[in-house]
Amino acid sequence: MSVARFWRKQINRYNLVGTHCKTCDAYYYPPRNVCPKCRRDGEIESHKFSGPGEIVTYTVIHTAAEGFEHQAPYVLGIVQLDEGPRFTSQIVCKPEDARIGMKVKPVFRKLGESGDNGMIYYGTKYVPA
Amino acid sequence: MRDVAIIGVKNTKFGEMWERSFRDIVVEAGIGAIEDSGVSGDRLDGMYVGNMSGGQFVEQEHIGALIADYSGLSLDLHIPSTRVEAACASGGLAFRQAVMAVASGHEDIVMAAGVEKMTDVSSTAASSALAAAADREWEGIMGATFPGLYAMIARMHMNQYGTTSEQMAAVAVKNHKNGSMNPIAQYKSPITVDSVLNSIMVADPLHIFDCSPITDGAAAVVLAPADIAHEYTDTPIYIKATAQASDTIALHDRRDITTLDASVSAGKRAFEMAKMTPADIDLVEVHDCFTIAEICAIEDLGFAKKGEGGKMTEEGETAIGGKIAVNTSGGLKSCGHPVGATGIKQVVEVTQQLRGEAGGRQVDGAEVGMTHNVGGSGATAVVHILARER
Repeated sequence: MSVARFWRKQINRYNLVGTHCKTCDAYYYPPRNVCPKCRRDGEIESHKFSGPGEIVTYTVIHTAAEGFEHQAPYVLGIVQLDEGPRFTSQIVCKPEDARIGMKVKPVFRKLGESGDNGMIYYGTKYVPA
Repeated sequence: MRDVAIIGVKNTKFGEMWERSFRDIVVEAGIGAIEDSGVSGDRLDGMYVGNMSGGQFVEQEHIGALIADYSGLSLDLHIPSTRVEAACASGGLAFRQAVMAVASGHEDIVMAAGVEKMTDVSSTAASSALAAAADREWEGIMGATFPGLYAMIARMHMNQYGTTSEQMAAVAVKNHKNGSMNPIAQYKSPITVDSVLNSIMVADPLHIFDCSPITDGAAAVVLAPADIAHEYTDTPIYIKATAQASDTIALHDRRDITTLDASVSAGKRAFEMAKMTPADIDLVEVHDCFTIAEICAIEDLGFAKKGEGGKMTEEGETAIGGKIAVNTSGGLKSCGHPVGATGIKQVVEVTQQLRGEAGGRQVDGAEVGMTHNVGGSGATAVVHILARER
């Protein structure tokens, strides 16, 4: 990912900042510019999520994505935050310990890097609560 | 709107074609479809070409013009050619654009083609190109892969409905059996449930034999207004419905992770347009990029009750001769999945079935068939209903 492309959403990734629609009271993470339900009637504001959530579903990836080879096998999950929205995150735990419904909490972790001299990408991963 | 008919079809072989280029294979498919239709290339009013990632797989963009040029349809004729992109549903969507061009009356004789040349890059680079069909900023950055996304669908389906690894393997076994009777298929050797379960794990619970392979291939069809189709062929196949739907690009934003709402919506629209129900369909080519995807597809399209797709497959109801023949071609699993070509290949298979030209995999008395092509993990779905009778 280019530096600019990462940088634009850096505050969201570092701090779990998403959005809240004041019209329908729905929360979104990753952030949205337009509320998918209210569309132009929606009023979007920034919202920092409390953090805790639970695993909705997960997989253990053995054939890694490019740049993640040294991490395999790794647990990838969909986490539902306490406020409602779901997003995709790595779950830092032993593959055999992961399970649907597991309570998890966020941690600040390195996600990747663009080469030896490039930007290091940080963001949110999840660990068992 | 005018009724539209298919008057010519052609699939190339699907597989690892190291000796052949992107333009070689799509020209073979295009010329084959033209010859099958009996029209002359200069009669074409337009071309629509499905291609997902020429820019990443062969570092070639401007695909529409390239193909018109190498088919001999640019110089002097200047026939318009348009590339259509919807990730793995690019072929199905190119077909839909071609159908709409003829139905609207704006164009008469039109070609829809699909092509992908995936083996000119390493498998890592191919996987990376395919990952662009998901949400790169919020799924890809976390290390998500396509097998990983479908594995999360599979895990949830197993958890909610008791679907088993054996039931998913049964999809692969059936499709390899069907593909063994299809001369264009990449993998023609039959497999067993045990060989699927003993193959290496890619993304738990999906084994490598649960996944469609990386493949080169092209396919093309020629369309005409139904009123004049008999001038070209004795066996025109009529388009009874064309439908498309969108959903969230990221899997995590779906209403229900085990249901592809885009497939549900496109299927519903197609049945309404054709004034049909699932009971009217004799065979369906569904998007089985992974075995769980076929189980979801037959549920989403209404051929199986929600949660019973795995059981129905295991009991043989989706085999040729069963309640509904699913993926008679061998599907993406056995034919291979050259992403931009798959949607057109599905149309070619259904056309050959309805013409009675499917050889050993022929569905007896096939009158009506359906195609279902998905982009990404379900952000686009394209569904068509084809029939022998107008």
